[in-house]
Amino acid sequence: MMKQKLEKEEAPLINLIDIYKIYHMGNTEVRANDGISLQIQAGEFVAIVGKSGSGKSTIMNIIGALDVPTQGQYILNGQDVSKMKGDALATVRNKMIGFIFQQYNLLSKQNLLENVELPLLYAGIGKKQRKQLAMEVLKKVGIEDKWKNYPNQLSGGQQQRGAIARALAGNPSIILADEPTGALDSKTSRELLDFLKRLNEEGNTIILITHDHSVAAEANRIVMLYDGKITFDGPTGDYRKQEIV
Amino acid sequence: MRISQAFKLAWKSILGSKMRSFLTMLGMIIGVASVITLLGLIQGVTNYLISTFSELGTNMITVSVTSTDTRKTNVDDMYQFAEDNSYIFQGVTPNVSSRYTVKNGSNSLTSTVVGVGEDYLDINNLSLNSGRFIQYADIKNRYNACVIGTYIVDELFEGIARIGDSIKIDGQVYTIVGFQEEQADSEANSTDDRIYIPYSNAVRLAGSSDISNYTFATTDTIYVEQGEELLDNYLYSIMKNEDLYTITSMTQLLDTINTMTGMLASVLGGIAGISLLVAGIGIMNIMLVSVVERTKEIGIRKSLGAKKRDIMWQFVIEAATISTIGGIIGILIGSIATSALGNAFGIEAAPTLNSILLAFGVSAGIGIGFGYMPANKAAKLNPIDALRSE
Repeated sequence: MMKQKLEKEEAPLINLIDIYKIYHMGNTEVRANDGISLQIQAGEFVAIVGKSGSGKSTIMNIIGALDVPTQGQYILNGQDVSKMKGDALATVRNKMIGFIFQQYNLLSKQNLLENVELPLLYAGIGKKQRKQLAMEVLKKVGIEDKWKNYPNQLSGGQQQRGAIARALAGNPSIILADEPTGALDSKTSRELLDFLKRLNEEGNTIILITHDHSVAAEANRIVMLYDGKITFDGPTGDYRKQEIV
Repeated sequence: MRISQAFKLAWKSILGSKMRSFLTMLGMIIGVASVITLLGLIQGVTNYLISTFSELGTNMITVSVTSTDTRKTNVDDMYQFAEDNSYIFQGVTPNVSSRYTVKNGSNSLTSTVVGVGEDYLDINNLSLNSGRFIQYADIKNRYNACVIGTYIVDELFEGIARIGDSIKIDGQVYTIVGFQEEQADSEANSTDDRIYIPYSNAVRLAGSSDISNYTFATTDTIYVEQGEELLDNYLYSIMKNEDLYTITSMTQLLDTINTMTGMLASVLGGIAGISLLVAGIGIMNIMLVSVVERTKEIGIRKSLGAKKRDIMWQFVIEAATISTIGGIIGILIGSIATSALGNAFGIEAAPTLNSILLAFGVSAGIGIGFGYMPANKAAKLNPIDALRSE
């Protein structure tokens, strides 16, 4: 972890420079992101918090290369993603990003192994290696014995672990978790957050998007959005103080 | 993503909703089966017609001449012409046919009396039960000899006639020299209702000296066209007018049969082809529904790095697989139906290779063609919107 940090000191893994995302709804202009600048180093564990409508989903889509900003620059690992289109963005998602969704988003007609293999499949990795890599990450999340099961045969916690395994399978630079505990009970939420912490301690960069402050408190750094602007960016400890104030 | 993977996915998806897949395929099955059955049956009918007409002699050329006062054909010249071109012509016979009253005592009927040359029997592939056929000497001497068919024997002689018996044709006495073998169950107006006499006598009976009909036989079917050309040149040199003679052969008839059945095949095949088109639209419809239903899946796949091409392939191959499986089932059913219906109609009908290849090609093509639009729609989906859909 230390080694990685040193290497990336000058060039952040994620560098968002003055990002605007503007939608037009009839005659009204909606500024979902209104001039966001944010740098995230490799190995960080960042929570992006905000109420619904704060623009956190929009910034997540941009960080996750699902969308591009209307204006501004997004440099991901030295690569300008902000001007990319369709298939180029797909490649960035495939190689760099591991998504964890609130509703797990496992494909119901594919078994767990096939679900976890998906990013590897689209990366063009051969069948044998695909299975081997997928089994490795399933083992890491502790549900390797369930590989043959279909999502509807798994509990919510197991499904979310499956989704994490899928996010990890392609060995991405960033784990992007969108309200990962939203559909889980408190016990499994706790387990999941502990697991994310462990992944971070192993050197993974994790970005957590949530509206839940107690979940955000698990991260080392908190970025708070309000009306498309960053209103707080700092260590979790400082954020708590600000909240109290 | 590899194509084999896309096939695996397509197969899973088809099995995942069996009833829907089957109903989608049904259109293709019916379309392909009807194309194959119709084309197979028409081919069977064509073969049947051709073989029937072939028995009548495909190596024959019939010439019909309308004589004028100054221009007419001469029998001896026609014989000479055939002999001069003996590498093409096996023989020639005049053909002077008319209907006369024929009597044996008090028994009387009207029958076709054909004035022929001595080669008539060979040229027409006929044979005798007993006796002899009309010979050159009979023609030369205008001998009143006749060969009669079995219908005449039945009607005028109550079934029992002997060589040497005599009959009256238009009042003239003819001696029976031979009996033609039964050809068509001894029915009236059939080839068994015939009396053959020397053409020299027939010309006289008709009261004219002109012979207007000749039948040429070529040594082989392949010479028919060449023979027709030679005859055309020869007759034109005599008659100086194309309208005064006609040359017909079985090949023309066979060509006509082929053209007509070919047309029939196009029309019926086209109608059946419409059902293939409808089947294609059915596939497109189902694929469009499938894309809408699977929007979320597409979003997930895209978020994991699926390119446009990957999504495209997935849906195109699914559509192509459905229609190709439908096509194969259709080919099997069509083949069975062709044989079964052929048996029922009493013709030998088999699915033609062409129709099978056509049907298979069309069904696979339709799958790809009609699958393209929905697949393109899927591939173009915005991943954010797709992920958000339920």
